Amino acid sequence: MSENRPILQMFGIHKRFPGVHALNDVRFRMFAGEVHALMGENGAGKSTLIKVLTGVYPVDEGSVEWEGRPLHLRSPLEAQQAGISTVYQEINLCPNLSVAENIFIGREPRKFGKISWKAMNRAAEALLAERLNVKLDVTKPLDTYSVAVQQLVAIARALNISARLLILDEPTSSLDRDETNKLFEVMRHLKKQGLAILFVTHFLDQVYEVSDRITILRNGRFVGEYLTDELPRVELVQKMIGKDLELLGGMPKRTAAPGEAKPPYLRASGLGRKGGVEPFDLTIGSGEIVGLAGLLGSGRTETARLLFGADRADQGRLVIEGREIRLDSPRKAIDRGIAFCSENRKSEGIIEDLTVRENIILALQAHRGWFRALSRRRQEEIADEYIRALDIKPPDPEQFIRNLSGGNQQKVMLARWLLMNPRLLILDEPTRGIDVGAKAEIQKLVLSLSREGMAVLFISSELEEVVRVSSRIAVLRDRRHVRHLTGDDIQQTTIMQAIAGG
Amino acid sequence: MVDRKYVPLLVTIGLFILMFLAGSLRYPGFFSLQVFMNLLIDNAFLLIVAVGMTFVILSGGIDLSVGSVVALTTMLSASLITEAGWPPAAVIPLVLAVGILFGWMMGAIIHYFQIQPFIVTLAGMFLARGLCYVISINTITISHPFYTHMALAKIRLPGGSFISISVVIALLVVALAVYLAHYTRFGRNTYAIGGHESSAVLMGLPVGRTKMLVYAFSGFCSSLGGVVFTFYMLSGYGLHTVGLELDAIAAVVIGGTLLTGGSGYVIGTFFGVLIQGVIQTIITFEGTLSSWWTKMVIGLLLFLFILLQRVFTARSTRSQSV
Repeated sequence: MSENRPILQMFGIHKRFPGVHALNDVRFRMFAGEVHALMGENGAGKSTLIKVLTGVYPVDEGSVEWEGRPLHLRSPLEAQQAGISTVYQEINLCPNLSVAENIFIGREPRKFGKISWKAMNRAAEALLAERLNVKLDVTKPLDTYSVAVQQLVAIARALNISARLLILDEPTSSLDRDETNKLFEVMRHLKKQGLAILFVTHFLDQVYEVSDRITILRNGRFVGEYLTDELPRVELVQKMIGKDLELLGGMPKRTAAPGEAKPPYLRASGLGRKGGVEPFDLTIGSGEIVGLAGLLGSGRTETARLLFGADRADQGRLVIEGREIRLDSPRKAIDRGIAFCSENRKSEGIIEDLTVRENIILALQAHRGWFRALSRRRQEEIADEYIRALDIKPPDPEQFIRNLSGGNQQKVMLARWLLMNPRLLILDEPTRGIDVGAKAEIQKLVLSLSREGMAVLFISSELEEVVRVSSRIAVLRDRRHVRHLTGDDIQQTTIMQAIAGG
Repeated sequence: MVDRKYVPLLVTIGLFILMFLAGSLRYPGFFSLQVFMNLLIDNAFLLIVAVGMTFVILSGGIDLSVGSVVALTTMLSASLITEAGWPPAAVIPLVLAVGILFGWMMGAIIHYFQIQPFIVTLAGMFLARGLCYVISINTITISHPFYTHMALAKIRLPGGSFISISVVIALLVVALAVYLAHYTRFGRNTYAIGGHESSAVLMGLPVGRTKMLVYAFSGFCSSLGGVVFTFYMLSGYGLHTVGLELDAIAAVVIGGTLLTGGSGYVIGTFFGVLIQGVIQTIITFEGTLSSWWTKMVIGLLLFLFILLQRVFTARSTRSQSV
């Protein structure tokens, strides 16, 4: 790689939020024509560093040098004008505007001040076709497309700006394998043209597949910068989590489910919903972890929503604890002891403007009714108990939840539902977007919950994780439950065969 | 198959045609070009104000000050012309500038202090209404020849019907607004902000400037509406157009614009105003009904349209996940 002058250098960067020292003396640099992976656990400071770099947050202390000159960004617009473009993990586009507009808004082609829609639509089509190799009807509103396509549009928008630094913040978390490969092709292509690409991801494979250089952060501090080829994976993981791998390996191995003799907690037969998921049979016993495996959009979440009453089933029967029940609202499901941790943490889970304590007690309080308020002392006891039990960081119940990292927000969500003492816990992608250490902790927690007799439905895109925690696995393909795996069949290869239709 | 995004607009236009036909079948003399033109003549000021409101609502905001700004404009105009003896050529630009400044200031407060538009424009509403009474608590009539000319001048159209100059102004405003909404960056930024404001910020769009411009434009439309209203009423009075903001909001919503912002059309607002006008006309033709029936029917329609929007948005979020 070119060892010439870096185009971006950051020294001694500090950023503080109330109660959190998010960046503590961090340095970072980028070279043109390189893919640079920014790695770190939850709360390591990756998102904050990116927000500083894109002008969302001002720097408290430290200097930023861009193409040899000092840079002071006051807004994302200034960052874009300087040549720094970002694609965020959560798609920041306007769902009501057309695809073409989302790519071009702010820089629409104009004739005498009048926006030329024709030219814009043609340019958008050309851009998508040439750089991303996708064909879309660019005149349709963005919200008619899937999240994966929206992500590609976001990247197209970033490409369209004459960027010299492209920041991709977990761009692959919602893409399937083909789309990811396509993205990597694009990244390599852009790299050759001299673009610097900052790549943030939690997938180690992808880091080694595409990046040239790695910078590691931990707890808001700079750990080191390495060439990817010279950094073995084990070392990377150790540096990220700051502890030995053996500690992670202590995952108790799952033995065969003992619950077969007992009547199952929940039995669904022929349950289905048009446009959601085709009729399926599923039983979940107390103390059993049933995994749902499948690709994005294969009907995993739809299955969970039926079992939670968030969507109404239009056929089939559902028996809970021996009694047939029609679930037509989440409230009923909660009354029956079901808890659902949604995959959309931001929009369906945490309430950003409330504190950790308030977020934890929310469901319990709602369940009790607002006239039987939990006393402040009781609330604090509960919050402290779960913060300790789940190791939520920072351990301050009065911290606003928006200041917590993704993994810790997830733990707060878990705490909220565990507090309800559910008999069936539905976890939809509980470890998505969070780091290795927090993942292992959550997996351990789920296993210990099931040992205590809780039934768990565990949904995850990561096969390895599903295999590790589940005692039975239902595999979904194209909105159908295609196979149920038990015992020795629970292996990544068999799941993949089932998904592929083997 | 019609594009999904045009459905609310088509419903509005269809409803207008239906109501106009119903009136025509029931009352002799209803079905004429002049009855249609009268809709425009009587509602020109409302149309202008509602156009400004459309932009505000598209941006995800609300402007409650419009009725008071109209009243303030009539008051300022009347006192400057009748009492101070200023020429209209000076008064009209001045009142327009006042309206723009008033709106822009509300926009600036909304943006820089991050306060809900509802509260800021509510304060603006009281302020403007109060200022009317600072000028005078009585009606001030205008008898300047320019104003009486504007009030009485009829533009003959082929077919024997006529319109007033105010209608021409209103139609020009509609045309300008359609252009602004669809062919300028200001317009598209307004839609973007209404669609997802934080995204618009991250996309590097000038969100603050656009919001201030939106409220300034609404202020401009209000004061222009006020000027047109003085052509119509030939007086300034602090109690003019009480509750006009609600008529304007109703017109925008009946016109198919989402109250949450980001979706809707100026043309929809045009028909929203016409629907309100046609209800009023029908009630006038009926003769025995109190004019409060207009409000009740509008209330019912508003309710139906908000239900329609709800069904519509619920369906579109569901189709997204497929």
